[in-house]
Amino acid sequence: MKSVFLLEALFLACFVLLNQVTAKNSEDIRCKCICPPYREFPGQIYKQNVSLKDCNCLHVVEPMPVEGKDVEAYCLRCECKYEERSSGTIKVTIIMYLSILGLLLLYMVYLTLLEPILKRRLFGHSQLIQNDDDVGDQQPFANAHNVLSRSHSRPNMLNKVEHAQQRWRRQVQEQRKSVFDRHVVLS
Amino acid sequence: SFVLNYQNSFLNNHALQSLLVLNSLPVCSPLPGVSSATPTEEMNGAGNLMDFLDEPFPDVGTYEDFHTIDWLREKSRDTDRHRKITSKSKESFWELIKSLLDAWSGWVVMLLIGLLSGTLAGVIDLAVDWMTDLKEGVCLSAFWYSHEQCCWTSNETTFDDRDKCPQWQKWAELMTGHAEGAGAYVLNYFLYVLWALLFSFLAVSLVRVFAPYACGSGIPEIKTILSGFIIRGYLGKWTLLIKTVTLVLAVSSGLSLGKEGPLVHVACCCGNLFCSLFSKYSKNEGKRREVLSAAAAAGVSVAFGAPIGGVLFSLEEVSYYFPLKTLWRSFFAALVAAFTLRSINPFGNSRLVLFYVEYHTPWYMAELVPFILLGVFGGLWGTLFIRANIAWCRRRKTTQLGKYPVLEVIAVTGITAVLAFPNPYTRRSTSELISELFNDCGALESSQLCDYINNPNMSRPVDDIPDRPAGPGVYNALWQLALALVFKIVITIFTFGMKIPSGLFIPSMAVGAIAGRIVGIAVEQMAYHHHDWIIFKNWCRPGADCVTPGLYAMVGAAACLGGVTRMTVSLVVIMFELTGGLEYIVPLMAAAVTSKWVADAFGKEGIYESHIQLNGYPYLDVRDEFTHRTLATDVMRPRRNDPPLAVLTQDTTTVEDVEALIKDTDYNGFPVVVSRESERLIGFVQRRDLTLAIKTARQKQDGVVSSSVVYFTEDAPQLPASNPQPLKLRRILNLSPFTVTDHTPMETVVDIFRKLGLRQCLVTRSGRLLGIITKKDVLRHMAQMMNQDPESIMFN
Repeated sequence: MKSVFLLEALFLACFVLLNQVTAKNSEDIRCKCICPPYREFPGQIYKQNVSLKDCNCLHVVEPMPVEGKDVEAYCLRCECKYEERSSGTIKVTIIMYLSILGLLLLYMVYLTLLEPILKRRLFGHSQLIQNDDDVGDQQPFANAHNVLSRSHSRPNMLNKVEHAQQRWRRQVQEQRKSVFDRHVVLS
Repeated sequence: SFVLNYQNSFLNNHALQSLLVLNSLPVCSPLPGVSSATPTEEMNGAGNLMDFLDEPFPDVGTYEDFHTIDWLREKSRDTDRHRKITSKSKESFWELIKSLLDAWSGWVVMLLIGLLSGTLAGVIDLAVDWMTDLKEGVCLSAFWYSHEQCCWTSNETTFDDRDKCPQWQKWAELMTGHAEGAGAYVLNYFLYVLWALLFSFLAVSLVRVFAPYACGSGIPEIKTILSGFIIRGYLGKWTLLIKTVTLVLAVSSGLSLGKEGPLVHVACCCGNLFCSLFSKYSKNEGKRREVLSAAAAAGVSVAFGAPIGGVLFSLEEVSYYFPLKTLWRSFFAALVAAFTLRSINPFGNSRLVLFYVEYHTPWYMAELVPFILLGVFGGLWGTLFIRANIAWCRRRKTTQLGKYPVLEVIAVTGITAVLAFPNPYTRRSTSELISELFNDCGALESSQLCDYINNPNMSRPVDDIPDRPAGPGVYNALWQLALALVFKIVITIFTFGMKIPSGLFIPSMAVGAIAGRIVGIAVEQMAYHHHDWIIFKNWCRPGADCVTPGLYAMVGAAACLGGVTRMTVSLVVIMFELTGGLEYIVPLMAAAVTSKWVADAFGKEGIYESHIQLNGYPYLDVRDEFTHRTLATDVMRPRRNDPPLAVLTQDTTTVEDVEALIKDTDYNGFPVVVSRESERLIGFVQRRDLTLAIKTARQKQDGVVSSSVVYFTEDAPQLPASNPQPLKLRRILNLSPFTVTDHTPMETVVDIFRKLGLRQCLVTRSGRLLGIITKKDVLRHMAQMMNQDPESIMFN
């Protein structure tokens, strides 16, 4: 129940954020007309920020290089397309992606470089020295044994987070062994 | 896979239905004495906020990692749950509401999957767009714009250089101020390679440190998971996050890979994520796989912008059991995903995919000859690719090459970047290349490929330009494309299967599109210069628009993709949803059929089945036909020289004996017989259930010691009062295990395994238990019959 609520809140927040930054910018719509070479005039591209109903050769091609009767012949060859984009979405997406990537990189640096150094300094002072190089237990019920015999001392949140993190790291270690070392899956 | 309500029709069979009714499988309810920390009947389990941090309590009825599920048990559990809810719904109004919510939970899950997959696909597309351009330069006005977006409002763009503007500068220009010259070229080259190496190094490091399961394509493993295999963590949250992030990095680094296969994996992770919200799906592995099938459809839908193609792909390639209900729900999920992606609008023109083409020029009957030739090419290339790639992956698996995954990725990226930069067709991203190759050349194109000699007095509308002779630019483009073709063919063999997310669709389509375009231009020029030959005379008049090389590129792409993956209907539907032209169905079908025939002549398996075989997954393919005349006795265990079958008796085994049996053997289950003399079968008990039950009983129940008798009957056996209290384990016993007689032909046994999704099957003669056949035995036997290595089947 709580997880559904959290997810809904997250979605709503993202939606509101996106809506606020994706207000229609007048620069985000354009009509692009491509006109090929005609007689002695070279090919040209014309762009204007007009709406869909004004997106045709007569409104967008300015200044018109030909005069009089040639205008129709020139405009027949041109192709005008209406395009829309959302600059706010692009900005939000790229910045969000870069921040997630940055956070992951920082965490990776911490896990691979800093934590062993910190552990060596704090050796013996904390309870969370687990042997990370434990051979993955092949017994069918290693985790059941742990669960059933787990002591219920200090069930506070910090302990739970530590336990969860240790469990996650053991899982990743197992996965790494299967994929990279023994080449059992995903070869 | 099974479209038909095969499951329904088979299970409506009277005999089977009576078996299921007899099946008093009580595994839904927890054992007495087990703490009710895991509510089984509630829909949205209310727990403490931090409960997700706790380790999930292993339940009776769950499965171990790398094991196969029991489809029949899952189905009967779901039927039980549904019956309970229906009967309770008559009690009160609130229960009625709850039953309605339960019925609608499936649709809610589909909606959520569609929304999240569409959002993630949009994020991936936008980020790839930006990061690919980052290798070449940067936008000075706003660094988050890609090249095209940066020059969107600029007025400096010219007809010949559509993307020129002062706001976007290449790296050499930014650093040294010179835009042209040899020095600038070398600096650009160097920085391109450097960026590519950086991206791929980050990708492989993230995969290695956080989620090793995020590498590869994902489709072979998802096929295996959907057939009933369990791989814990493969569809987890960290895998989802890392796969999304590293997919962008991998595609942006310029490697010859695509993002369609990984997008299917991402969508299935989303499916798994939302399954955990509802206990109807989180506790039932069979129902969960229905949701995953639909999620796979949504994944392909956002990758190609093809909802119908996505559903057909899920049906044909990925799923194992596909009841009709799933068909409708998959379609819903695919539509929601496509709609969400469209509203994010990554490509600025309301199209879903970068290479959506819209021309409608007709094709001619005589063109079927080059189309069939392209089909043959596609089939040959598919065979070559599959054999070479499997050989390389096997080498990676068995030799020293596999010990250096990070170095391997960096080396392949370095080689790819160094060789790709000089050729303008490989320097840009593969999607852009395909888009350009699919495009028809009107008067408005200024690329080198469209450098035809125009008649200056021509005044036709843009769509109907007659065939023209090729200018020097076209010939230049042709030999560059030929080099690109060779490069792509070779490098993709080494790229697919590395330890980063890598897909196969886009590189195959690129190879086919290049080949198709070359053939198309050749046919076009032949038709122009030799319009008086008989073949061209009937169909191609001078001054008419005969040949569309873009269509040849499309047909080539379809042929190559079909040759590698052996898709049939889904391929054609995806291709025509990509192009929007129903008139091109016949050429696409001709090429797809030809390439499949040619490729099947050399080997029956597509790339995904070959990878499944390489990994040794227990996947029983529905397409394989078993035509040998062996019997069940030839395959069952124990064989002649093996130790006898490990059984439990119904009321004479002690707890100590059971524990010794579990410790000494590693079988997944044990048959239960009346007694060792009569050997009449009572039922079957799973190893995992037995272990958990005994451990719990020892802790929670009084008086259970090592010499307590374990009994599976309804009433306790008559024992002297001095004996310790016996332990009743009838609740974990499966009273209706599948049995066949010893003279059942293996053809029938394989059929039963395949259609019912069994894990094991007991062999009896006149009611007496003879042996057991497991899925692994069946797979090994089939491999042996096909002269393959039976020891390669690794999992159970």
